[in-house]
Amino acid sequence: MRSLLPVLTVVAAILAFWYVACIPMNIHFAAMQAERAGVPVTPEGMAPRREMGAIPLAARNPHIWAETWVQDKPRLPAPHQVAIELWQTTVEKKVTSKRSLVFHGWVTLSATLVGFGIGAVAGVLLAVGIVHSRAMDMSVMPWAIASQTIPILAIAPMIIVVLNSVGVQGLVPKAIISAYLSFFPVVVGMVKGLRSPTPMDLDLMRTWNASRDQTFRKLRLPASVPYLFASLKIGIAASLVGAIVGELPTGAARGLGARLLSGSYYGQTVQIWSALFATAILAAVLVAAIAAMERATLKRMGVGR
Amino acid sequence: MSDLAVIQAKGLDLTFQTNDGAVQALKGVDLDINRGDFVSFIGPSGCGKTTFLRCVAALETPTGGSLTVNGMSPEEARQARAYGYVFQAAGLYPWRTIAGNIRLPLEIMGFSKAEQNERVEKVLELVDLAGFGGKFPWQLSGGMQQRASIARALSFDADILLMDEPFGALDEIVRDHLNEELLKLWERTGKTIGFVTHSIPEAVYLSTRIVVMSPRPGRITDVIESPLPKERPLDIRDTPEFLEVAHRVREGLRAGHAYD
Repeated sequence: MRSLLPVLTVVAAILAFWYVACIPMNIHFAAMQAERAGVPVTPEGMAPRREMGAIPLAARNPHIWAETWVQDKPRLPAPHQVAIELWQTTVEKKVTSKRSLVFHGWVTLSATLVGFGIGAVAGVLLAVGIVHSRAMDMSVMPWAIASQTIPILAIAPMIIVVLNSVGVQGLVPKAIISAYLSFFPVVVGMVKGLRSPTPMDLDLMRTWNASRDQTFRKLRLPASVPYLFASLKIGIAASLVGAIVGELPTGAARGLGARLLSGSYYGQTVQIWSALFATAILAAVLVAAIAAMERATLKRMGVGR
Repeated sequence: MSDLAVIQAKGLDLTFQTNDGAVQALKGVDLDINRGDFVSFIGPSGCGKTTFLRCVAALETPTGGSLTVNGMSPEEARQARAYGYVFQAAGLYPWRTIAGNIRLPLEIMGFSKAEQNERVEKVLELVDLAGFGGKFPWQLSGGMQQRASIARALSFDADILLMDEPFGALDEIVRDHLNEELLKLWERTGKTIGFVTHSIPEAVYLSTRIVVMSPRPGRITDVIESPLPKERPLDIRDTPEFLEVAHRVREGLRAGHAYD
């Protein structure tokens, strides 16, 4: 409870900054509309205003600031506009509606979860292989690193086109892009975790004449759990990004990525921002779900306090 | 002598290859450790005392000479579960309870569930931790954790206990207490104990024999048979006999350093 005040202060500061930023961003359009409605604006006329910077124009017309927060297609929508749009498209629309963010969110979420599942399993298996075989360490790790240096925006269209040509479309290509982004943090975290036992821990195992398999199951695997969860959190956020990026190049009609895309086609900035916020909220919920799993698992293992 | 000796080293050499060239960790080490002995290894860092213990445990491979444990090679002795090893850190798994940690070697060695439980109870009793089996390591003090790690080394009933500075990280009061407990435990179980330490009083108080070593190359400079009786209260450390042995150990350590 004691942290409530600082948290609220930070939120208030962000909102205040956002409202202030809306003024110069939207002032040109607000001035034009005010002039048409017969409200005096300085300077008069479109041409001189066009020459002017947004901040001086805003400074000279404080009486039309309120108009910058209520436009239909602002350059930067105000927080309450985004909040209202979010409310209308999640709670008030039926979930089957093409304009419901719940509907689009589910489309993206399902691809995210499938991709994350594939990526996490592949990541863990690769890590196990890398830790057990020097040959795999030398041969797989460079490719895993190389795969992440390629911009996902460049490779996503290729994956979609290639899969489309063999008749695979819809959820699967997006899930593959998700998996492509999420396996890497899992590999890195899991390798680190499986290698986290100290030389002394391993020596102890040797004094008991433990087999490699026993050392793995009783020492390496449990020791890697905290590392695994840390990388799963990164992985699931990356999965969501992957699913959205997978929706962009096809001009998909469904999904949060499609909402972003169609919003930018039609200049619907409020729609873009509400889709962005929906994405951020979804990511936060997913990471929180992993964190809850982590707490429960560590508690069951006796490590959680 | 040879049927009494459980650990026999003859002309043992061990050379590590490092980036700075070869380092001779052990040179010409001859030592017999008899059944039921409590042998301490003392010497400055780099004298090879830990390395010798690791050779016995087959954690290092000697590069020359011969070494037998219970008449077998160290590798075979390990497979025959000839020894329990206690490190300086307790090395308990944080995700296992104390009982779970002690059960770990038993699980690995394939004891039945019933026997596992029975043995865990027995060794917890032995190190005075009865009733603490359900606790997690972080709930115990450092001294208790180290006792749990000793219980773990005892759980599978090896004849030999190898201890590498087991109390080195503990404060002196706890250390004294654990030394006393260890002596009682040794008397009750009749194990052969190899004990590495930095502390002269600890070595003299505990041992039937004290092996003084010196570095570069690691070798034995003196082996002292302790004249102290088997029954040793803590205040034996103020008797003239004790001080005399301690003096001889100190002399041995100094002699090893003379041409450094």
